Amino acid sequence: MQFFFEVLIGGLLSGVMYSLVALGFVLIYKASGVFNFAQGAMVFFAALTFVGLMQDYNLPFWLAMLVALGAMVMLGILTERIVLRPLVNQPPITLFMATIGLTFFIEGMAQGFWGANVRGLDLGIEDVPIEWLAERYGIFTSKFDIFSAAIAGILVAVLAIFFQRTKVGRALRAVADDHQAALAVGIPLQQIWRIVWGVAGFVALVAGMLWGARNGVQFALTFVALKALPVLILGGFESIPGAIVGGLIIGASEKLAEVYIGPFVGGGIESWFPYVLALLFLLVRPEGLFGEKHIDRV
Amino acid sequence: MLYREAGQFKASYREDQQIFPIRQDKIAIALILAFFYLVVPVIGDQYWLKAILVPVLIFSLAALGLNILTGYAGQLSLGTAAFMAAGAFGAFNFMLRMPDFPVFSEVKILFAFIFGGLMAALVGIVFGLPSLRIKGFYLAVATLAAQFFVVWALTKFSWFSNYSSSGVISAQDVVLFGVPIDTPESRYLFVLVIVTVLALLAKNMVRSATGRAWMAVRDMDVAAEVIGIRLLHTKLLAFAVSSFYCGVAGALYAFCYLGTVEPEGFNLDMSFRILFMIIIGGVGSVLGSFLGAAFIVLLPIFLNVFFHAVFAGAVPAGLGSNLELMIFGGLIIFFLIVEPHGLARLWQIGKEKLRLWPFPH
Repeated sequence: MQFFFEVLIGGLLSGVMYSLVALGFVLIYKASGVFNFAQGAMVFFAALTFVGLMQDYNLPFWLAMLVALGAMVMLGILTERIVLRPLVNQPPITLFMATIGLTFFIEGMAQGFWGANVRGLDLGIEDVPIEWLAERYGIFTSKFDIFSAAIAGILVAVLAIFFQRTKVGRALRAVADDHQAALAVGIPLQQIWRIVWGVAGFVALVAGMLWGARNGVQFALTFVALKALPVLILGGFESIPGAIVGGLIIGASEKLAEVYIGPFVGGGIESWFPYVLALLFLLVRPEGLFGEKHIDRV
Repeated sequence: MLYREAGQFKASYREDQQIFPIRQDKIAIALILAFFYLVVPVIGDQYWLKAILVPVLIFSLAALGLNILTGYAGQLSLGTAAFMAAGAFGAFNFMLRMPDFPVFSEVKILFAFIFGGLMAALVGIVFGLPSLRIKGFYLAVATLAAQFFVVWALTKFSWFSNYSSSGVISAQDVVLFGVPIDTPESRYLFVLVIVTVLALLAKNMVRSATGRAWMAVRDMDVAAEVIGIRLLHTKLLAFAVSSFYCGVAGALYAFCYLGTVEPEGFNLDMSFRILFMIIIGGVGSVLGSFLGAAFIVLLPIFLNVFFHAVFAGAVPAGLGSNLELMIFGGLIIFFLIVEPHGLARLWQIGKEKLRLWPFPH
């Protein structure tokens, strides 16, 4: 039972990390209806920029973070201007393909500029089990995982406040609700998109720093985006709580499945299990856990 | 002047429904086919045939398969490479486990390809089932399940690869009527024949009642259902036919192009490349599949040659490949912005212009 809880907690905490990446997807999808495949590349680029600034230019932590954030916001604005604006009113699949093109571009740019080496990132939090928890309950839970979960929690809280309490947040929600109506009441759509891409860049930076500290900043970070996809379909593309809950479910079930089902089928099922789980789930609820229900009319 | 259909009267419904109703089109198609069948094998050198034309043809076939599913039936799929893998491993196992095939053993390899295609179709139907409930991007992500599951299964269960390490298979020799197909010319012609036949079949399929049902479902499935199109039947048929094409393409990829393949070779990247092909080429167009495949296969080669010619030694190799990646991504975005309907649309516009040329009206 102890082992079960250990796996469960480990899974939940890694699920939080998936949620962080999924959050970036949701933000952009909500505001502009674009399924931004480049989110994974953005995570990679953000983390690499941050580490590169710290290591190659010896910038202090906060300054590096600020500059990296600036770079991400710039990237978001340029994307909106160069890629999205000319593609307004195109079918969603075209926009989706454009973001895949953007993925290649960002990956090439990140590696071309900073090199393709794996870089270590130390946030000053050790990846060691929490002692009192280990002593009292015999459950080994990494300090770092708890730390990232806390960061994710803070991030979600900040975003929630931003969305619910500020004027910009209200405009964002209006755009998410109905583009045309938002335009009609005078909300500048393109400015909103820039803000959203900027915020998504910020989320990517946070996710990239945490993932980078965990696994090293390397090209494999872009694959994290693939792990966020089942989270998205499970939670619903349009829902921030969905991204969080979906992440938790995927994280926990994937680890539990690997430990309890994996040995019977030869292991390594982590690569596809989340997808199959999400798929089965979709058969019951086609719009995801918290997704908006669409009613089709002829 | 040259491309006028004035004066070509159609006296019967049958004539009107021909696959290429305009005489100039017939001549053009005949010329193109003659060029690829007769001229190219003679003038093409080994490198061109082996490393460029064969992959272009094979990917055209895969793109055609995806185009049937995504372009005609409107079901977005990111699992194309998985269906290709199913086809490749299906054909491999057919050849392996049927050493003395009783009937038509001279064309056993063709049966192997068909078997591979059918296996892929089976996988396609299974993973197409969710399409009855879910649509759009939800479905796209769901097809990713196929992508990861098939590759995992082929790697994990070594029965599929005849217990070789890490699932690598070496395709058997291609022999047709006792003649080994092993020179670049013969391989090219072999692939070309298969691709031509399947492309003609696809072109006819999308003009038939089946194709119209697919397009109705693509445009609005609720409306299609209301007018009496069976959604289950139509969608699953699209998945089956599409996967069959991809499966045959995968078998050709293994048998006629690479010779040795592993499940990891059929990764997500490949699925994306094939998706790019139909987007760049033209969604919902048979011709577009070929144009897109040629573009996506040739572009990296061209960029590579270009970089070697222009910056030979000037930039480090690592930066060069990253620049290629950037240009590749940038060009895709550029193409989407300039012509969202793909190269096939440009062709269409060209044809419209040609009808009037050289007169202004």
